[in-house]
Amino acid sequence: MNDEKSSNREQDEQRVSVPETVAEAPLIQTPPEFAFADEEARGVISGEIIAGTSLWRDARRRLFKNKLAVFGIFVVIIVALASLVGPTLIKSSTGYSYDFIPRDASLTKSFAPFHGPDARFSWTHPMGTDNAGRDIMARVLSGGQISLMVALISTLVSLLIGVSYGAVAGYIGGRLDDLMMRVVDVLYSLPYVIIIIVLLALIPAKTPTGQLAELFFALGAVSWLTMARIVRGQIMSLKNQDFVLAARATGVSTPKIIFRHLVPNALGPVIVYATLTVPTVMLSEAFLSFLGLGVRPPRVSWGSLAAEGAQNLAVYPWQMIFPAATMALMLFSLNFVGDGLRDALDPQMRKQ
Amino acid sequence: MMSGNSNGNVITVKDLRTYFETEDGTVKAVDGISFEVKQGETLGIVGESGSGKSVANLSLMRLIPNPPGKIVSGSVLFHGRDILKLSAREIRELRGKRLAMIFQDPMTSLNPFMRVSRQLMEVTQLHLGHTKEQARAHAIKMLEQVGIPDAADRIDSYPHEFSGGMRQRVMIAMALSCQPELLIADEPTTALDVTIQAQILELIKHLKAETGASVVLITHDLGVVAGMTDHVIVMYAGKIFEQAPTAELFQQPGNPYTRGLLRSVPDPMAEHGKLYQIPGQPPDLARLPPGCPFAPRCERAEEICTREFPPFVELTRDHHSLCHFAAEVYAETANG
Amino acid sequence: MLRFIIRRIIVIVPMLFIVISLTWALVRLAPGTFYSGEKKLAPGVEKNLREKYGLDQPWYVQYGKVLRNIARFDFGNSLKYEGQSVNQILLRGLPVSAALGLSAYLLALLVGLTTGTLSALKQNSWIDYASMSLSMLGISVPNFILGPLLVLLFSLTLFWFPPALWDGFPSRSLVLPAITLSAIYIAYIARLTRSGMLEVMRSDYIRTARAKGLSETQVVIRHALRGGLLPVVSFSGPALAFLITGTVVVEKVFALPGLGNYFINACFNRDEPLIIGIVAFISIAVLVFNLLVDIAYGFIDPRIRYT
Repeated sequence: MNDEKSSNREQDEQRVSVPETVAEAPLIQTPPEFAFADEEARGVISGEIIAGTSLWRDARRRLFKNKLAVFGIFVVIIVALASLVGPTLIKSSTGYSYDFIPRDASLTKSFAPFHGPDARFSWTHPMGTDNAGRDIMARVLSGGQISLMVALISTLVSLLIGVSYGAVAGYIGGRLDDLMMRVVDVLYSLPYVIIIIVLLALIPAKTPTGQLAELFFALGAVSWLTMARIVRGQIMSLKNQDFVLAARATGVSTPKIIFRHLVPNALGPVIVYATLTVPTVMLSEAFLSFLGLGVRPPRVSWGSLAAEGAQNLAVYPWQMIFPAATMALMLFSLNFVGDGLRDALDPQMRKQ
Repeated sequence: MMSGNSNGNVITVKDLRTYFETEDGTVKAVDGISFEVKQGETLGIVGESGSGKSVANLSLMRLIPNPPGKIVSGSVLFHGRDILKLSAREIRELRGKRLAMIFQDPMTSLNPFMRVSRQLMEVTQLHLGHTKEQARAHAIKMLEQVGIPDAADRIDSYPHEFSGGMRQRVMIAMALSCQPELLIADEPTTALDVTIQAQILELIKHLKAETGASVVLITHDLGVVAGMTDHVIVMYAGKIFEQAPTAELFQQPGNPYTRGLLRSVPDPMAEHGKLYQIPGQPPDLARLPPGCPFAPRCERAEEICTREFPPFVELTRDHHSLCHFAAEVYAETANG
Repeated sequence: MLRFIIRRIIVIVPMLFIVISLTWALVRLAPGTFYSGEKKLAPGVEKNLREKYGLDQPWYVQYGKVLRNIARFDFGNSLKYEGQSVNQILLRGLPVSAALGLSAYLLALLVGLTTGTLSALKQNSWIDYASMSLSMLGISVPNFILGPLLVLLFSLTLFWFPPALWDGFPSRSLVLPAITLSAIYIAYIARLTRSGMLEVMRSDYIRTARAKGLSETQVVIRHALRGGLLPVVSFSGPALAFLITGTVVVEKVFALPGLGNYFINACFNRDEPLIIGIVAFISIAVLVFNLLVDIAYGFIDPRIRYT
């Protein structure tokens, strides 16, 4: 009890002595109480989260009690599944794919699925077609594949960098920590999106696939900063706990202590933040695609589809509305899931 | 003093129940307690953390956060007027003026963003209608009274510029600004160093003598109670387990729980160094067993204790104990 | 305090150096040149061009020249907008972007703080749920979608505001762009304020304030707001960086002649001096603003000591 109190205060003072200039930091609390008992830690280390441990069980119970979070999980799964199998299904049933332009000239005209003089809802094109006669649903679902892939891989990249960086800084501490965190501070205050724009505009990849890789790299490379801070804070509060001291005393090597003992115990906030990074990255991808710097034709993403739709908005509003609504729904749901996870794993809530 | 039925009591609490709604169910933090504080008297409330002693006193001030907390029933008569029935406005007029409170952690109980002067002045400006100048002069006087050196110079400091003990002195100065009739001190020394603890207790004692205020002193430390109080209440699991004049409680406790607490106080005179510890943990207030809540930890628990809730036995006119075997325990302790 | 400011300003210089060098390197590493988009040039013409812009010199000479000029706040002439200096373009674009950004940020503060505080004080009420759902929506609808939607609704259907036009500040033409730009900040600020206020309202010193007999309004205004708003203040620094990115989109959507629009065009046109000029300018603005935020933070939170 007393330990907890003093570490709380320590954290408080830390927070107070450095004027933080962090966007996301205040959104996420990095409580020191995320220390699990040793047995629980071992369960996590072995790669799977033991269902029986009280913290994770409690968290899951709270998560599933949160209606918005459950709704979010549901929507995310549905949209992800639809994006995964949808294009293939549409292709086999109607012959349309995201880049298929019908030969028949009478079909290469946009038609709306709902009201309007040309409206003719049909199950072949539930979302209508675009100005070249392409099936919008096929395009939205294919775009989903790309958007989700970009978001996931970039988040993974940021996780990899952020967790390693933060863990090393937090564990080793001292001068190195000062230096590493100074670097993060510096990077924080740079207008990095501007630099990404320059990068993507001036050095475009030769192929659409190369462009995707460039996107992963660029987005991942700028979103690890907050993750590094969170992980560092966690590690600092964990590293003097008994189970780490025990590991050290028995001669376990430093990298092993960091990645087998400390990182798994810092998992809670990392999961929460990673969940919240996915929509952020997705949004950045859409933003870059909107500027014509992200996903290139013939590939499509929700961002590029919405951008394309925005240009025809006055005439063919559904061209923007469907991809935009799908993306907004996905972002909405992902944010709910992230918030729900945070509330579920936040021990401050647990105390009440 | 103010109305006929107050019997010289500053405060009379009857059957107070304060419950908290949580995910795990209803936590009965305070469950049917009654006590009174006479004019000029000091009452000690002792218990482990989670025994409901703080909640009880926050209830007196109607400072229970709602939701999740709620005062379910009971009455708190302040000079005969039921505080629980007052309007929000009326209770605000009592708070800080006639009922004042000092909290456990002086580090967090003062507003870190506001100069101490303003925090002190706003009380008398609010309740005594002081002008800025009057309030400031009064605040300096109060700080001097609680023993802060160079009060006039230090009054414009921020809380973090004071040490823990000094901050608690500031809290006391703030609480006593309007000469309250009742001062509730909720673990006023727990967060402080041992040497400072004694100073703060001495200060409270001294100021109490000077102003004639009644005091409720909440603590988990029986040692604090001994030198300070006239009466003591021992709380456990939201209930009053024993209630007696201080001297009698120490000499002849009538409850196994109190006896355990007394045995766990280090006795410098004792020959053998072994310290007693009550085994086990306080119970989960959301899932109380039907019998005596202390039974699982009690050394003399019998079958009836886990089955039936114990009676509140009157041992003498002002000595009561919640135990199936209160009379026996009382008799045993009398013999030695 | 003064030492803190001076030290921070000293740190700004190497950071600017890094940003500018990075940008310059990107521009240099990029394949092709600014004139390669046009028709194939005669060899003589190309040679003249290269000489005129100093491209025939070794990289370190060019780099040195760029740095020297920037140190004098002289970014040279634009390559695409002939005869115009980068400084002229900056001066022309800045007022547009500044007016847009400022009005969006003020709007975000006003609406975000109000709804966030209300949500916190009426936690779990319908106001709370409504404003938190709306802010979730604000975070989830990107500005390049919101902008066109607003145009469709208010300009093309209701004819309340002009769709794409710039006639100074303040004007009706600013309304839709400012709303579009501010939506996400309203959402962020509302959420930050809510969680900040909730945390503060649970703190011990608020209990003390209540125990003093202050009314709920006095407790909130005198005691809670300051601490509750700290997260919003520390958000202001990064917010500016995000605002700048936001203006890039909003200026494109509404065809406003601001810095963001110039910047995007410069990137596509490979207008090297203009790119470097705008990047340098934005970096200076962001870094200086961050410094101001830190100083402001110190005024609000007396516990901060500048070292």
